Amino acid sequence: MTDLWSSIPQRGRVTLLVLIALLLAAPMALDRYLISIFVLIFYYAYVGQAWNLLMGFAGQLSLGHALYAGLGGYVAALLWFYFGIGPWLGVFAAVAVAAMFGAAVGWLGFRFGIEGVYFALLTIAFAEFTRIAFDNMPFTGGAGGLFLLYDAQRSHEWWNLRGGPLLFYYIGLVLAAAAAVLTAWLARSRIGFQWLAVREDQQAALALGIDAFRVKMIAMLISSSMTAIGGVLLTFYYNNLFPTQAFDIGRSIEIILAPIIGGLGTIFGPIVGAFILTPLGEGLIALTGSLGIDAPGAKAVFYGLTLMVIITLRPDGVWPWLKRLLALTEVKS
Amino acid sequence: MTSLLEVEGVTKRFRGVIAVDSVTFEVPQGAIFAVIGPNGAGKTTLFNTIAGMFAPDTGSIAFSGERIDGLAPNEICARGIARTFQIVRPFPALSVEDNVIVGALLHRRDVGAARQCAQALLRRLDLFDKRRQLAANLTLPDRKHLEVARALATEPRLLLLDEVMAGLRPTETDRMVATLREINRESGLTILLIEHVMRAVMALASRVLVLDHGTAIAEGTPEAIVRDPAVVQSYLGAETE
Repeated sequence: MTDLWSSIPQRGRVTLLVLIALLLAAPMALDRYLISIFVLIFYYAYVGQAWNLLMGFAGQLSLGHALYAGLGGYVAALLWFYFGIGPWLGVFAAVAVAAMFGAAVGWLGFRFGIEGVYFALLTIAFAEFTRIAFDNMPFTGGAGGLFLLYDAQRSHEWWNLRGGPLLFYYIGLVLAAAAAVLTAWLARSRIGFQWLAVREDQQAALALGIDAFRVKMIAMLISSSMTAIGGVLLTFYYNNLFPTQAFDIGRSIEIILAPIIGGLGTIFGPIVGAFILTPLGEGLIALTGSLGIDAPGAKAVFYGLTLMVIITLRPDGVWPWLKRLLALTEVKS
Repeated sequence: MTSLLEVEGVTKRFRGVIAVDSVTFEVPQGAIFAVIGPNGAGKTTLFNTIAGMFAPDTGSIAFSGERIDGLAPNEICARGIARTFQIVRPFPALSVEDNVIVGALLHRRDVGAARQCAQALLRRLDLFDKRRQLAANLTLPDRKHLEVARALATEPRLLLLDEVMAGLRPTETDRMVATLREINRESGLTILLIEHVMRAVMALASRVLVLDHGTAIAEGTPEAIVRDPAVVQSYLGAETE
């Protein structure tokens, strides 16, 4: 850990500390609405990091990460709903179930050499058939959804993730920061180098003795587990779950946008991406509303156009450019 | 002298085309052994079979007494056989140093130790000053050096070199030859190389195997090989009567 810290140049350390201090203090100056936007920023930074670990580092394209977030949310919500088991405990079950699905997808893909876009199709297929299953399972509420009752008397039970946006603000912040530290640590360890080798050229990686199947499975397990924790957080924040939303491909795409816009395979990419995209989305809602454009999809059109502009201008993501701009480049030993 | 690698009657077919046809040879411990032959003779296929990219259809391959045919490439590397690729395959988005670190991490858990090992190898292969460049930005000769450094980083007992001299200028070839000889002499590393550059083969190899149309047509010392009528015929064509 001290290694990680000392690898950041002086300027970067100061910037980082100031940012963390600002984010810790920010809720004092923000209203409920703004805090709720920050919750989403942290959520997308967190799950984006989980996806980035698999795609940006191990080079495996998943377009079905909503599966793990959805499963995580459902497992923890069901345990709470039926047995009153709190999410701090339920999250372990959530992670276990999501990791099992991740292992199944990974095993099928990696064992049988399903690569690139074909692997992506496999991940979509798993998310889709899970959606259909949840649509038809009565004990999960089926298509009608699952609702966690908001009980005002229990709203102080932060240990059961019952609380307002402020609680989720700080949990989200901690998760996003922890995911970044974990990714940075993994990236500099043996497994990180092996991920990059497999991402860059699997044949060459094999020739250097790397068990590509094993290292890709590790990435898949870590990524799906992390994503499940994000799903638990979001579920207890919104208090409801619908299969059509939780497992939708649109949800999977939302998860991957922040790391792509911010910079694939970088530690700060998902964070920067989330800080751009979430406010952008919210801002466009406000803008189209105030301009009186209430045509359906108007927001999506502007959102899409903005993404195209960013991708065209910064094809490697915003963070690598921002890093150069702020002269925060890493020093290497 | 004991044999480190024993190739026994290895055949590899691709949809009816026999790329390697019951080839048998042994590489003694500590030797520098060359496989030569015209284009399409099956040299690279033979290499890929030894390195585990595919299993032989018939025959067996043994490495220090143990069968290795049919093992996956990563298992073969873990047992001590490293290879370079004819068409070099560096990890393009990684720095030169990181490329070599990946190899050094095979037998090391600690990245710091792997970095030290990588730096020592980069010095040896004249890449130390370029260690922070991206591998994608290297010139071809440098990539060939990187390929060798990365393979050596896995600490092999047998190094398979697939045309590492191709594309090098004569002075660069001599430099590479000197480096390989040095490594062979100091550490006793056994080297099996495919080579077109005869200047390098003559300078390096203690034994040469000649392949033509998938079959071994001659084996012997470099001096004997260049005088062998079968070899001359396969390289220069049959003399017309």
